[in-house]
Amino acid sequence: MIEVNRQGEVWVFAEQEAAALSEVPLELLGKGRELADKLGVKLAAVLLGDGVKDLASKLIAYGADKVYLAEEPRLGYYQANGYAKVLCDLIHAHKPQICLFGATPIGRDLAPRIASAMKCGLTADCTDLQIGDHELPAGQGKHENLLLQIRPAFGGNIIATIINYDRWPQMATVREGVMPMLQADATRKGDVIDCDVNLNGTELPLKIIESRRTQKKVNLKSARVIVSGGAGVGSRENFKLCWDLANCLGAAVAGSRAAVDLGYIDRDHQVGQTGTTVRPALYIAVGISGAVQHRAGMAESAKIVAINTDKDAPIFGVAHYGIVGDLNVVIPKLIKAIRAGGRIDSNLPTAESGRKTKLGAGSNA
Amino acid sequence: MGYSCVVLVKQVPDTKRITGQAMNDDGTVNRAALPTIFNPEDLYALEMALDIRDRFGGTVAVVTMGPPAACEVLRESFYRGADRCVLITDRKAAASDTLATSYILSCAVRKIGRSDVVLCGRQAIDGDTAQVGPQLAEKLGIPQITCVQELHVLNGQTIRVTRNIGNGFELVECRLPVLLTVLDGAPMPRPSAGRRMMKYKKARARVEVEMDLAARMPDADQATRSAQVQTQMAVLAEKNLQIEQWTLADIGADLTWCGREGSPTKVHRIQSIVLTGKGHKSVQATDEAVAGMVEELITDHTIG
Repeated sequence: MIEVNRQGEVWVFAEQEAAALSEVPLELLGKGRELADKLGVKLAAVLLGDGVKDLASKLIAYGADKVYLAEEPRLGYYQANGYAKVLCDLIHAHKPQICLFGATPIGRDLAPRIASAMKCGLTADCTDLQIGDHELPAGQGKHENLLLQIRPAFGGNIIATIINYDRWPQMATVREGVMPMLQADATRKGDVIDCDVNLNGTELPLKIIESRRTQKKVNLKSARVIVSGGAGVGSRENFKLCWDLANCLGAAVAGSRAAVDLGYIDRDHQVGQTGTTVRPALYIAVGISGAVQHRAGMAESAKIVAINTDKDAPIFGVAHYGIVGDLNVVIPKLIKAIRAGGRIDSNLPTAESGRKTKLGAGSNA
Repeated sequence: MGYSCVVLVKQVPDTKRITGQAMNDDGTVNRAALPTIFNPEDLYALEMALDIRDRFGGTVAVVTMGPPAACEVLRESFYRGADRCVLITDRKAAASDTLATSYILSCAVRKIGRSDVVLCGRQAIDGDTAQVGPQLAEKLGIPQITCVQELHVLNGQTIRVTRNIGNGFELVECRLPVLLTVLDGAPMPRPSAGRRMMKYKKARARVEVEMDLAARMPDADQATRSAQVQTQMAVLAEKNLQIEQWTLADIGADLTWCGREGSPTKVHRIQSIVLTGKGHKSVQATDEAVAGMVEELITDHTIG
């Protein structure tokens, strides 16, 4: 651990693969910028890899004041021990007060290894970060300007705010897709600092024999309309109704974790804490009770329609339109209404079939 | 001589089954009102360890940290095939965060002796942090391979596995010892074996025997009772029905790294999810009402 260091910088781990940045580090820079400005300190990105120098300007454009660059052929492919060693050395040398990682497979592999080596705290999968004060009980004083690490816990039934006031740096992994990115500004100036890499053979224990990347078949993130089903849909057969509704809206189909676990839909389609975070123009939640873990992945949708037989389902708390009813009854009515362009008309004129195409054109699911 | 596998498991509240009754009036979760289960991904870790033993030879020890009730997951481990089960139970371990937990578990794994493969589920459903695995690997000074979906081969001192990292797969090789965190996409856990169940349902940890005797002999004095405990424990040991029970002192843990004091993360605030409800528009499940809603969505350009 390092001592509490109020002048310490805010750091963002600039995760890259095959010398390409994903969106997560850029999202983290957006949030990191806000935190650093509030604390009056610098925001730095930490970039490890081989042949990644060119990415530094992008990190600066997205908000970094500095980029710590650690280039080394053996860092070309991520592995926990080597990356953790380099990052721990950098933390010891520069004593940042906050270190943020994406809650990605790499971030969730790396950050705990570092936290354990540093003997400092780490909060997983935060959905928000703020700067705030913490009062100790019984007038023992207070700690000012701490990183408030906010995350759903206990299966999403509570929201916990976690702090770490003495064993720094304050570390957190942050969910993908929840922090807004800044507009890239190519005129921004920043320093690139070359860092020494000290690795011995024992820090690279893994041999990666083969690595395959699968293109996600579904792109929920860019869908304008999403129809999403939960456990309440009841069966894989019933789930077909969600597909039917999506077809007539040109929407993407998604599912809650419960629906995925029940085998109603593939994991690629999962929205929520452990799935994808989405912000479509319209999110239609069918038979989804709405645990906070699911809501964390969709509550930012511009419009939410909830269909559920349980009038007390938490999903109605975030919905704009709530329909209490059986999906087998409601969805056909919805499809009929959409085909009719919102008019009550059970005898569709044939010209209305053109409507389908028009509705579909707005989305790119 | 085979491979020595140690599996770390956790008893967790079944967070999928939280209902109104499981919430306290102040909105917090009443853990006592929740059913507890074997953390789902830990079952896959146990299966992988049993598979290693079956295919390549060796032993499987299962360790859990928790209150006496956590013996339930250890008995279940016996039913499925574990050779040895250990309960770490100590009030001083309460309120441990992931860092303190991984420290305590590392002391326990060391006490078990040589371990070639340490396994745990990727994450527990009550916290979903996925931190204890990598932290434990660091504390033990061994490499970690997270998100393991398939074990291909153990060959002398080398293991080869497939990781599922969400957007792809990696085939990875590593020298032993190593820590694996196992995903629920790994081979299905075997069911409990009937004969093992008949035998191991009688397996007990000392604390369970003590609690049982306290209930059955409320009036007995201390000496009588502890003599009884000794007798019963000896019988259990003879029949190999003992769940070993260790305190923090037994595993040589330094208390400054355990429990609340050993945990750098503190809770600043807990909010239960009380939906304030900005108020949604209630739509009747009739043709007219549904069409009205669709018309509004078209009018405000949400769809269409």
